[in-house]
Parts: sequence; structure tokens; C-alpha cells
Amino acid sequence: MPSFVIQEKCDGCKGGDKTACMYICPNDLMVLDPTAMKAYNQEPDQCWECFSCVKICPTQAIEVRGYADFVPMGSSIMPMMGTEDVMWTCKFRNGLIKRFKFPIRTTPEGAANAYENMKGKDLESNLLCTEEVDGRQLPKPQALA
Amino acid sequence: MALPNKPKGEIKAVKDPEVVEKEVDILIVGGGMAACGTAFEVKKWMKDGQTVLLCDKAAMERSGAVAQGLSAINTFIGTNTPDDYVRMVRNDLMGIVREDLIFDLGCHVDDSVYLFEEWGLPIWKLSKEGKNLDGKKGQAMGTLKSGAQPVRTGKWQIMINGESYKRVVAEAAKKALGNDNILERVFIVELLLDANVPNQIAGAIGFSVRENKVYIIKCKTMMVACGGAVNIYQPRSVGEGKGRAWYPVWNSGSTTTLAMRVGAELSMMENRFTPARFKDGYGPVGAWFLLFKAKTLNGLGVNYAASDHAKKELEKYAPYGTVTSLTDLSSNHLMLVEMKEGQARLSWTP
Repeated sequence: MPSFVIQEKCDGCKGGDKTACMYICPNDLMVLDPTAMKAYNQEPDQCWECFSCVKICPTQAIEVRGYADFVPMGSSIMPMMGTEDVMWTCKFRNGLIKRFKFPIRTTPEGAANAYENMKGKDLESNLLCTEEVDGRQLPKPQALA
Repeated sequence: MALPNKPKGEIKAVKDPEVVEKEVDILIVGGGMAACGTAFEVKKWMKDGQTVLLCDKAAMERSGAVAQGLSAINTFIGTNTPDDYVRMVRNDLMGIVREDLIFDLGCHVDDSVYLFEEWGLPIWKLSKEGKNLDGKKGQAMGTLKSGAQPVRTGKWQIMINGESYKRVVAEAAKKALGNDNILERVFIVELLLDANVPNQIAGAIGFSVRENKVYIIKCKTMMVACGGAVNIYQPRSVGEGKGRAWYPVWNSGSTTTLAMRVGAELSMMENRFTPARFKDGYGPVGAWFLLFKAKTLNGLGVNYAASDHAKKELEKYAPYGTVTSLTDLSSNHLMLVEMKEGQARLSWTP
């Protein structure tokens, strides 16, 4: 069930030499043909159908061709990523289309607080840094009490 | 950071690739959830002048077994105690466990879940009327840390909307570590021991998957977390999909191999669980054995796990076999017994 690039929709991520799909593929399969400025899956046999490239593509140019045992006879599944939700469109083999929407994150992208300036005090305390700041008392095993 | 890929043989393999030597105090091998947790925490405890580096063979935003998302967090202590958690795991793995490590995990897991929620992971909540609210609607109930109730699908699991679970955690991890301290698309393949001090880790060797570069990274201490091992047994997927596994095909077992080859102790690796498969079912068998409201039937249509025969079989493994709810190991064992007795064709029926 490899991913494939729809050539008409791909813009090669507008001329950069790193496309989004190339950046994200966990198996390093996506590449850019610099003359045509189109990305493609260089080794479909190795594709794990993880949908990372499909989800990250800014022009929705990547889809996945379903294998017969799992997405048979012309059915398809396609995610559409938003900033807060993902919408899955599932087409069944009899033509029935269902859509499922799920939240993906509750904060704006980039908003995660890494507490870069937080410093731990007592390394021997067995507390995580955030637990130490909260003044947490670690429980003792009751079984040994 | 990730480099451009060169598909058309622009980079020829060379006999003597460039060797890049680096020296850091702390090396993190892997870029999955465990490595991200370390990345978030490590700098908070480092002294001025100490250095850290993380090597991931892919891109942290979508690398590791959590990268494609999860629908639940399997351990949230909440109103249970770490002692309860130790008892559950001990029973689940029939006593072959390091209880101190499990207790430790039980003590700290909730703090991490609080952070995940703060960073943006949508966690389901119970409404005042006890109704399930998804991760978005559930925000109205407040955070877990402030006392909101999660939705449980068992004693330990809580439900999430986890499509971007890894992306959210990787975002915080990358920020905490800083981009200069992250090497993506570098595959660590060998660990190095100190030439003079016995049993002292001293570094790692890896290579770039996109350039003719070999990395030799010296370090004083190291965290190795490259996931488990996929495809030890052939998955049951057939035809075109042959070889498809639910577990990431890039988790090649290098954690075990790297550590074993330098003589590290492999704690909690004694317990080998070989799950049997359901017809037409992919996915972790642990999830199938949660059953929800389904039953497992044998070829005769009998709910074998509820039979007296099954009860007798499990009594052989007391006290672990005789707890009130079936563990994964017990469920799996009963399934194997059915198969041996020739009543295979097991199905899962709602």
C-alpha cells in the first residue's frame, strides 16, 4: 500500500531542495527530482503506509494506494490535516463515503513549553525536574512498610 | 538537521568516507518517545559547560513506534497507587519482573502525562454526568493535573486523541535540547567501550543515511532507546500486503543488539511473550485481548476462555493464572491450548 505523488499537485515544495515529504519519511523513501521539481516515492516496496508524507504534504499531492487485503476494490482512505483536527475520508468498495474527524492538538503548533530555564536542584532526590518544582513527595512502597 | 536526499546516484559510495568525530558528555541514541523524554529532562540537570547530543536515524517529528499515533495511554496511575501498578505488572508477567523499576515508573508517569496534556495532547474526560468527552470537548472539564477525570477503558488505560502525540512531545523535546544538539538521519550501529576502564561506555559509531559520512561520537554517558524488534515472527498479513506488521518496520532490535554487544545488563528482557494471532486481525494482541465487550470463540463457537476447562488449565499457573481478570499471558496461553487441541479458527465476536 505505498504512497504515491500526484505529479499535477506537487510543486516540489516551491523550489527548496528539501521537500516536506523528504524531511519526514521514516524510511527515507521520498526524493525530489530537481529537474521536474516533483517529489516521488523512490522505493514503493519499502513503504510502511505510515501516512507521514500524506499528512505533511502542503498541497495534498500524496495519496496511498490500498493493497487488496486491507483497502480492496477501489476503496480508499485519505487523511486531511488541519491545525486542530484530522479528517479521515474513507471510501468503501460499494461507494459509501464516511468521514471521521478527530482532534489532534489543543494548542497552536510551536506552543509546547520546554521549560528551557528550569534547573534541577537535587539530583539525588529521584524527582523529575517538574516534580521538584511542584514540591512533590515521592510515595514509598507500601508493601515494604 | 535533515539533509536533502540524492536519489540518482549523485553521491557515489566511496571507499574512505569522511569521518566526523564529535565529543559530548551525554549521548542520546534514538529519537522516539523515550529519547524525547530524556531530551526534555536532561539539560535541566546538566552543569554549565556540559554537552549533549541526540542521534535519530529519521526525523524526530515522526520517528518511533508512537509516531503514527495512539488512541490511549496505557499507564496513568491517577487514583491508583504505584503499589497497585507493581502488583498488576508482576501478575501480568508472572513474577519475572524488576519491581523497583516498575514502582519507579508508577511514581513518575503521571507527571509526564500532565506535561503531554499541557503541550497540547487531547485527553478524553468524564463530564459531571459521567459521559465521555473527547480531547477537545473535554478541555471544558479542566486538566488532569487540576483534578479532571480521564476516561478509563480499564484500570490503567486512559483515552486520548493521539494522532499527533509524538509530534507534540517531539516539539517540546527539540526545543529543550536545541537544534544544534540534534543529528537527524544518522544511524548509530555500534557502541564503543573505554580502552582503559573496564565496563565503561565511551562512545558510538554511526553513519549518515544521506551522505558519505561516518560519525564517531565520544561520550561519558549514554541513553540508548531505539525501540523493540519487529518481524522476529512472520506477520500474518497475506498477498500484496505480505510482511505488513503493526509495529514499525524500522525498529530493528538495535537497542538489544547495541547494548548486548558491549555487555550491558538487559533488565526485564527475560520475559518473552509470543502472541498468537486472530484471523484477519492486525495489531498488538494485547489490544485484542482487551476484548472490550467482545468474546473469543473457538471453532465450535464456544467461549472457551470462560469454560471450566480453561479455569482448570489456569490453576496450574497460580497465583498468576487465578486472578479475577485474565492477563494477556493467560489469554494467550488459553488460545494456544485451543489451537493445540485442534479447535483453532479462533474468532473475535462482539
